[in-house]
Amino acid sequence: MRTPSAFAMWLRPISMAAAAVLMASCHEGVLDPHGPVGNAERIILYDATAIMLAVVIPVIVLTLVFAWWFRARNSRARYRPDWEYSGRIEMIIWSIPALVILFLGGIAWTGSHDLDPPAPLRESTSPLDIEVVSLDWRWLFIYPNEGIASLNRLVVPAGVPLRFRLTSTTVMNSFFVPQLGSQIYAMPNMVTRLNLEADQPGTFEGLSAMFSGDGFSDMRFDLVSTETGAFKEWVATTKTQGGVLDAGTFQELVKPAKADGVRTYAQVSEGLFDSISSGHMAAVSPQRGQ
Amino acid sequence: MLGRLSWAAIPFDVPVVMIAAGSVGLIIFCVLALVTVKGWWPYLWREWITSVDHKRIGVMYLGLALLMLVRGFSDAMLMRSQLALAAGHAQGYLPPEHYDQIFSAHGTIMIFFVAMPFVIGLMNFVLPLQLGVRDVAFPVLNSIGFWLSAAGVLLVNVSLVVGEFARTGWLAYPPLSEVAYSPGVGVDYYLWSLQISGLGTLLSGINLTTTILKLRAPGMGYRQMPIFCWTALASNLLIVASFPILTATFAMLLLDRYCGFHFFTNDLGGNPMMYINLIWSWGHPEVYILILPAFGVFSEVVATFSGKPLFGRRSMVMATMVICVLSFLVWLHHFFTMGAGADVNAFFGVMTMIIAVPTGVKIFNWLFTLYGGRIRFTVPIYWAVGFMVTFVIGGMTGVLMAIPPADFVLHNSLFLIAHFHNVAIGGVVFGVMAGISYWFPKAFGFTLNERLGKAVFWCWFIGFYLAFMPLYVLGLMGATRRMQHYSNLHWQPLMLVALAGALLILLGIALTGVQLAVSIRQRERNRDLTGDPWNGRTLEWSTPSPPPVWNFSHLPQVDRADAFWAMKQQRGTAQDRNLERTYRAIQVPRNNPTGFFLAFCAVLLGFSLIWRIWWGAGLGLLGAIVVCLIQAWRTDGEIEVPAEKIAAFERLHGPKESAV
Repeated sequence: MRTPSAFAMWLRPISMAAAAVLMASCHEGVLDPHGPVGNAERIILYDATAIMLAVVIPVIVLTLVFAWWFRARNSRARYRPDWEYSGRIEMIIWSIPALVILFLGGIAWTGSHDLDPPAPLRESTSPLDIEVVSLDWRWLFIYPNEGIASLNRLVVPAGVPLRFRLTSTTVMNSFFVPQLGSQIYAMPNMVTRLNLEADQPGTFEGLSAMFSGDGFSDMRFDLVSTETGAFKEWVATTKTQGGVLDAGTFQELVKPAKADGVRTYAQVSEGLFDSISSGHMAAVSPQRGQ
Repeated sequence: MLGRLSWAAIPFDVPVVMIAAGSVGLIIFCVLALVTVKGWWPYLWREWITSVDHKRIGVMYLGLALLMLVRGFSDAMLMRSQLALAAGHAQGYLPPEHYDQIFSAHGTIMIFFVAMPFVIGLMNFVLPLQLGVRDVAFPVLNSIGFWLSAAGVLLVNVSLVVGEFARTGWLAYPPLSEVAYSPGVGVDYYLWSLQISGLGTLLSGINLTTTILKLRAPGMGYRQMPIFCWTALASNLLIVASFPILTATFAMLLLDRYCGFHFFTNDLGGNPMMYINLIWSWGHPEVYILILPAFGVFSEVVATFSGKPLFGRRSMVMATMVICVLSFLVWLHHFFTMGAGADVNAFFGVMTMIIAVPTGVKIFNWLFTLYGGRIRFTVPIYWAVGFMVTFVIGGMTGVLMAIPPADFVLHNSLFLIAHFHNVAIGGVVFGVMAGISYWFPKAFGFTLNERLGKAVFWCWFIGFYLAFMPLYVLGLMGATRRMQHYSNLHWQPLMLVALAGALLILLGIALTGVQLAVSIRQRERNRDLTGDPWNGRTLEWSTPSPPPVWNFSHLPQVDRADAFWAMKQQRGTAQDRNLERTYRAIQVPRNNPTGFFLAFCAVLLGFSLIWRIWWGAGLGLLGAIVVCLIQAWRTDGEIEVPAEKIAAFERLHGPKESAV
């Protein structure tokens, strides 16, 4: 038989390589979460995968075993040329996937509600409000209560729930920090909500997960999670340096730019986010040239 | 005079495009020159271009798909090599404005111009033969459908040289695809080529649905209908129900772009979310349009080569129809991350998972068809077993992403890319490859080279795992789709593995060409003289290979599923019916150039609209109307094949006593 030998030849190097990369993948991205949302989502990923593997692995093994055992040349295999129905087996093969889906459906239903992006994380600590605006092709983070803003760098206190409101000036983007969990779209004339939290200090990469044009690949930013004290210091310093973000400077800012650097604004005119998200800044949104 | 068209539209400054265009142009020129020198034009015109024979049209669909597979795969190679290079500070060799066109073209071409014609071609070829009838319900419409698809193909490929293709991704989400953000002709190429080919697909869907519902061999009720016909019925019902949505959605986007409407714009009450809902109301049924016929192929292949009937036929039919209906109730799972709210997300997540139940049942049915079989390991069964192993993994990752909170971290990541290639390659491509090697002898009268066929299988099978397993891992590491470069250096080794996988698949595609060439050279050795090379079970194997234009000299009488198998079982006892048969003249549809001329007009219309050459558009539209009117007044639609000719054919090719 050619089949098993070819399999054996490939199986070992492939499985070893696979194991190696799986180990590597556990140290970054969604399998290495640093916040409650990401943690909960990782548990769902593992649980659901385990439940399904319990069926998938036997099916794969049985496929190969049946195919091999019932090969035409195996005289020991019993040929049943007219066997086409068995009520008992039919019942089992409808029940197995149905049961699996019953389990997973439960996970999906409760998970959707527990981890609904707009749902607040916990009531005890008051969250930090952050307004996110996706520009062509940068991220603007406005801290409405602090009255400051930051471009392409999001500084947050560790252990404090973060309450995001998001919108876009032009096209759709998706705000995503893999190590914190859920992503959500930032869409023009619409406001979406998201709640996340970083449970320890660190720098986590954020990105846009929805293609938005030529500068899309550079829409990356660092989410810097610091101790609460350090965050307060950062706010205080930011207030002393950088320009003012108002309707005028915003008109400059919305012009498309790729791989733009990091910048902060000491002052942000009140209600800027709402006027962007309600379309009042649409007039200044630029048309893209060819 | 020429609207927006000028010399500037041709990218003389981009060597990659010019070299590609130059060599494709040279190949086309050589082929045309060869055809002219050899004097093959009359033959091509008579036997292929104007043919309304469903078998010829099916073969042309498959040829078109194979050709476009090469184009779509070239795009894939460009992307994989770009991502293998563009790590850290490196930018690779494809700047974003090219890279964005490449991934958009790759997705568009692979779905609309590879997978669709593959599947429609197989259905076209097989359905009338399996149903035991002489042709599809509307043979001329069939030809029109094919030629409109070809017109779409031509437009998409013209965009490579004249102008640009969309830089929006394969579904052209607004507002990115609106004039404000995509002012060039790229999105117009996308929209018009898909409008034209989409019309062709819809016509083909209407045609095949009617064929299955209204034309079946005497005695063939739905309970006796072969399983591939059932899956084709589900698929074509989905085409008829969903393609109008696509056409309407694109029409609205076209109105936005051409006439300043505001269906999906950011301002004046436009709503981009509407487009996303509409496009996926077509888009999700579309994936079942593609996969259901593949399921049908596997059902036929597994049963035939196991030498036993399909296990749980009723379950299989039920599962197919359940999937057909449910496919319309899951579209929102493509955008859980757009803030729909917990109840809505949960509902669509659960609905999506429910589809996994009938799909799982199908897998078990094939498993128990293998059980107790006497399995002959031919090329089609390799694809089938490879599919069963691969598809369950793709199904698993699909169900995983149907859980909204899991999708919140996997949406748009390379994990998603790996998932849908897992089901598209492991399901649709494997299915089509199985179908091609299974039915090839029926179409051409000789079997394909088995050795090379197995080599092709191993290239695709191992190549798929090498190319896409790393993408699952990369997705979990936070890599997103459509990125042109990335900063994370330790993603690069995995990208290199993926490139190696793509190269292996490339070898598989090249070997398919070799396999075809070698099989044609060895055709005398591998002639299928019986019409039944695999000991088949359904009616197509009761005809000679290749079947005559009229398919069946006598329409078969059917009283059960696996009708031909039953006939073979009874043949020993029954009198040999062939000897005492008398033949009657048969009406077959006459050749018809309507489809070809319509496609010509459609290309003129589409190209002119793309470049805003209004007189050309008017001319194209007028031409199309005139062609339709001429067709409407034709009365000589059929010619008669005399009884003597049929008798002579049957004496030469009819079933012999030793056929089984």
